[in-house]
Amino acid sequence: MKRSGIAFWTGAAIFLAAAFIMTKVVGNQYPFFAGYVVLQFVALAVAWSILGGYAGYVNFGTSAFFGVGVYSSVFLVKAFGAPLPVQILTAAAIGALMGLALGLLTLRMQGIFFSIATIALAIIIETAVTNWRFVGGAAGIQIQRPPVTPPFDNYVQMLFFVQALLVVIAVAVSRYIQNSWIGRGLQALKDDELAAECSGVPTLRLKLLACVISGALLCAVGAPSAMYLQFANPEGAFNLNYSASTLAMSLIGGTAHWSGPIIGAILLSTTQQLLTVTISSEVNVLVLGVMLVLFVVGAPEGVIGLVRKLRGNRKEGEA
Amino acid sequence: MDLLLDAVVIGVLLGCFYGAVSLGLSVSFGLLDVPHVAHPAFLVLASYGVYIINEHYGVDPLVAGLLITPLLFVFGLVAYRLYYETFEKRGSDAGVRGIAFFFGVAFIIEVLIIMQFGVDQRSVTATYIGKSLRIADMRIPYRLLVAFAVAAALTILLTLYLSKTFMGRAIRAVAQDQEALRLMGANPIKVKQWAFGIATAVLGVAGALLIIVAPVDPTLDRAYIGRTFCVVVMAGLGSMSGTLVAAIILGVAESIVLTMFGASWAPAVSFAMLLGVLAVRPQGLFGRRS
Repeated sequence: MKRSGIAFWTGAAIFLAAAFIMTKVVGNQYPFFAGYVVLQFVALAVAWSILGGYAGYVNFGTSAFFGVGVYSSVFLVKAFGAPLPVQILTAAAIGALMGLALGLLTLRMQGIFFSIATIALAIIIETAVTNWRFVGGAAGIQIQRPPVTPPFDNYVQMLFFVQALLVVIAVAVSRYIQNSWIGRGLQALKDDELAAECSGVPTLRLKLLACVISGALLCAVGAPSAMYLQFANPEGAFNLNYSASTLAMSLIGGTAHWSGPIIGAILLSTTQQLLTVTISSEVNVLVLGVMLVLFVVGAPEGVIGLVRKLRGNRKEGEA
Repeated sequence: MDLLLDAVVIGVLLGCFYGAVSLGLSVSFGLLDVPHVAHPAFLVLASYGVYIINEHYGVDPLVAGLLITPLLFVFGLVAYRLYYETFEKRGSDAGVRGIAFFFGVAFIIEVLIIMQFGVDQRSVTATYIGKSLRIADMRIPYRLLVAFAVAAALTILLTLYLSKTFMGRAIRAVAQDQEALRLMGANPIKVKQWAFGIATAVLGVAGALLIIVAPVDPTLDRAYIGRTFCVVVMAGLGSMSGTLVAAIILGVAESIVLTMFGASWAPAVSFAMLLGVLAVRPQGLFGRRS
């Protein structure tokens, strides 16, 4: 356990260092634009699977959290000209509160009802923002980037590094949860909530915790997006495609291990980036849907499950 | 005051229409417990089928809806078989993956429609579209009246089918106790497959109504996730007459919000009501489960 911890943190440090060096060495701007999107989806998928994967509550409301992240940045910039770290932290705080509200919903509903409720949350918040004049309403709003902070010499490069940092934070949190009592408790309540409750697992507290953490991370990931696009509109920020992509990436990668969503997100969003450039953005949504259905039908455990099967150490309980 | 009366009348008509598009879901989700998130996508797909027939052969949209009904029935049979073989049969964890499956299917349908027809709105032509009936100061579009009449007829037919015919009763039996049906020597899966076929077939006429009432675009299904699920959950899973009543409540609420606060608030009404019902009275107004 200890050794894997050292390996993990070394890997994370190397990853961040590589991302930083990349901003210094690579002159072309395109890798940062594309890389930002990939990293964003990695972070979203990892954050999503804390609730969706470990606890088994399918959250269709990724777009709600993402959009709230975007718009809390928009509001802070427009009202106070707040700097990026403040935007992200505020978004995380709001996301945690939203997560808490979502967690309270799980008290009364499970399965499909919970999922539908999360879509409802997304649409309701989107409608409210659409009617909020201060942040631009339905037409959207242009955002001016402030001058870039010193170690970086380009704003997109800085956002790229910030997103890399968010990825590391999300993965570290997810990994910690999986290896701690929280993860085991969530696993138990995923398998059988009633049985878990009866055996003394504090299911409510665990669910609230998972919702709060997942929500805070999802919102935080959305926050820099306003600066990245220099524009925000409700239709884009609350687009249900974020929910679909995140869900698909997590399930395709496999939710049994913290690395699953990372694999799924890298695989799918890189493919999508290539398809968007080479063919069209419609095709990439099609690929997303088809891959999701194929994996759910053919490889329910995702890439992780496939790899495990290939290695031969099949998990028990597959019957 | 007149404005409010107007809103209520339009709301009732609109509500009946919402009932018609929710009937299929009331069977598939309400009775069969299939997490059919793709129901609205199927509905929009049916509308495009109606659009093609109307555009090319000038057939009345309602007739066109009837024409594609057998096709949809078969489509439903196949879809349920696929769902059963891959999820229900395996049992474990069917919930999460079942939802994801239908979500994926909905997205595929959406994109295929976009690739084929583009993102523009499509509408149909018929003699009753575009004209209104005048009663005193009130103007009621004929298309809404047609939708209202057809919706009422469809609801009555389906209610009769489920309560009077042998197969209909079998469907309600399978919803109540699948194991008991198996012990009686019947095959519950066959019954459920048939029921899912019916639930999808109903979308032929419902899809026709959808494109009669307003132009249709590929992502319209997203708004109808809220409306159809709101209606079915509020009705209390699986009650046909309850579906109609719940739909009318939704229609009136939406119409009033539209009149008082403007169109930009309308999308939230169904979702907000859905959330409210789920939080306060999950068994619905006419729930079959206590």
